Amino acid sequence: MKGVAITGMGIISAIGNTVEENYVSLVNNKVAITTIENISTVHSGLNKVGEIKKTNKQLADELQLSSDNNFSRTAMLGVIAAKQAVRNAGITEINEYKTGLISATSVGGMDMTETHYYDYFEDENLIKYISCHDGGDVTHKIADELGLKGMVTTISTACSSAANAIMLGARLIKSGKLDRVIVGGTDALAKFTINGFKTLMILSDGYNKPFDNDRKGLNLGEASAFLVLESDAVVKKENKKVCARVSGYGNANDAFHQTASSENGDGAFLAMEKAFQVANLKPEQIDYVNVHGTATPNNDLSEGSAILKIFGAENTPDFSSTKPFTGHTLAAAGAVEAVYSILAIQNNVVFPNLNFKIPMQEFNLIPQTTLKHKNIEHVLSNSFGFGGNCSTLIFSKSE
Amino acid sequence: MRKAYINGVGCISAQETLDTIFLEKAEINEKDTIFAIKAPVYKDFISPVAIRRMAKGVKNGIVASAIAMKEANATTIDAIITGTGLGCIEDSEKFLKAIIDNKEEFLTPTSFIQSTHNTVGAQIALGLQCKAYNLTYVNGSVSFESALFDAKMKIEEQEANSILIGGIDETAEFTMSLFKLAGFIKKENESPYTFLESTTKGAVYGEGATFFVLENEKKDTTYAEVLDIEIINKLGVNEVETKIINFLKANELQISDIDAVVLGYNGDVEFDDYYKTLSENAFTKTPQIYYKHLSGEYNTASAFGLWVGAKIIKTQQILQIISVNNLKKEAYKTILLYNQYKGIDHSFTLISKC
Repeated sequence: MKGVAITGMGIISAIGNTVEENYVSLVNNKVAITTIENISTVHSGLNKVGEIKKTNKQLADELQLSSDNNFSRTAMLGVIAAKQAVRNAGITEINEYKTGLISATSVGGMDMTETHYYDYFEDENLIKYISCHDGGDVTHKIADELGLKGMVTTISTACSSAANAIMLGARLIKSGKLDRVIVGGTDALAKFTINGFKTLMILSDGYNKPFDNDRKGLNLGEASAFLVLESDAVVKKENKKVCARVSGYGNANDAFHQTASSENGDGAFLAMEKAFQVANLKPEQIDYVNVHGTATPNNDLSEGSAILKIFGAENTPDFSSTKPFTGHTLAAAGAVEAVYSILAIQNNVVFPNLNFKIPMQEFNLIPQTTLKHKNIEHVLSNSFGFGGNCSTLIFSKSE
Repeated sequence: MRKAYINGVGCISAQETLDTIFLEKAEINEKDTIFAIKAPVYKDFISPVAIRRMAKGVKNGIVASAIAMKEANATTIDAIITGTGLGCIEDSEKFLKAIIDNKEEFLTPTSFIQSTHNTVGAQIALGLQCKAYNLTYVNGSVSFESALFDAKMKIEEQEANSILIGGIDETAEFTMSLFKLAGFIKKENESPYTFLESTTKGAVYGEGATFFVLENEKKDTTYAEVLDIEIINKLGVNEVETKIINFLKANELQISDIDAVVLGYNGDVEFDDYYKTLSENAFTKTPQIYYKHLSGEYNTASAFGLWVGAKIIKTQQILQIISVNNLKKEAYKTILLYNQYKGIDHSFTLISKC
């Protein structure tokens, strides 16, 4: 077997509330970059986002949460996607095997903290939200809603967080420390991140155009996605259907700047190189690269250099960024794009890199701009974050 | 299976722990509800220009990691793994306040840039020019144990030989006022704040940065071998003993093999039963240690606990100031650490002399 079995997946993003809805949007060019509705911000007119068009009340009702709950939006999105993944994997007894949950988030419950910050001292009914700020609270709420008891932890390495959660999960299965692990990430939109990226001047005032010469930055998004990974012993015993496998993973640090990537993409190159090593695959075996492709001038330059270095100018596989559909969903992005990579394998398609017109002047890299059908055996997915954090995952068709 | 040894430590805490043998200079503080760290001389480690830009947690992390690396004589680091409950909360606060107070106008990016949870690990990597594996865990009071767990696994996988791990948390004014409001921190004017005979709710809070160099080889500087770590999200008071017995059994040990047990007592009458039940039952004959009366409670205080455990093995002594039950032993070979916070995020860590 060439990697760790993925037996279920779940997702909620701006382009759909289920895996199926996300797929339908991806193959029909249904983008969801819109004006923000759920958060009141002075930037709403200028910066469009990939927003899930459900209010917190609607999400809470859907989850049948009691009125005294203290769920952040991040936690609610997380529970929705994780529950889908568990259901999709056909799991009925969550603690039947040694099971863990590795989640990822960057904002955690910041959406509640920023809403109530000064009001906590005025209204004692709000105090319950103080404890939902930290990242771990989000993961605990997901574990509780799943009824999971076991190893539960959270990774936060900015925009590569969920990719790292998937990597850790794969290692936990491989080493035999767990039989089953639910891995992924969740991040809701928040004023905090909207303003943060705004001050860094990397928000686009239009629609993000990954790998285009005129790209002006990213659109933020919100999402949650989870995968279920299971040991081969469990797969065999339960006669499980395997969606795909996590065959490679790598993490490296760019060690260049707290928020910017190096021009030559050292960290990205090292992460991809490591993933190939783990997967025991050669670059020419990759059929599709789901790039990080945030459409900031800096990311695409750095990632493009690394891709050219690892694949060679002549042999670069079909690649695309799916962020024009969803926006950049920060800590969840690695899991969202893992689901898309698996969909690419299952359906033998390359999703289009929308909004691309003019190749970057620095090099001749042309993303796949239309939906393309072809056999897909291996997909490489990149996720890079602040702090020079670079992660690569390789997904492979299960034999 | 490859073994993992603690070969160097660096600890910044509310006590003098940076260039001491153990806790010989420790002082008990029963009057404050929040302990501040004894700050090191930062300029001995970081350039003055950089110091001004850096948040407290980042500075402490850089200094503590440098000291741990120096002690272990580690020149090449194959992985940097950190744990933090609240991350760079001072900068998060600063940026959030600016957003609210200035109605999303006139903001500068500095505090946003520094507010990311992985800032400490990233800044250490930047300083060392270390392009290796770099991860940050943020799961309440198992944030540090997650880092330790990952590091041990990396060594077992033969993916790394020398790993820097650390637990970092900082206090920040507004967040502490929220924690007081929510009752996480003890009320003012109820001193003395004792830990073992506490009758009040909430904890005495603190902050700190504790780093370790974990390596696959034993050295002259080796403190202890890390035998095993287990993380469990939720347990009832009465489930802990069974879990400990099973954990020890998996390591071919039983309770009578444990020479000292390090418990996370934080003086919160609501949750210290998790420890008290063990103190009064399974471990009555075992020397019991507590430490949060010296460090304060914070999400990665258990890293200070591991520092205490490692120091006991190295110095072969239990100081009176950390003893729960006044029991002593001839030799301290195997030590168990148990921690939880508010009934969740339980961890068992097993270390041994080698």
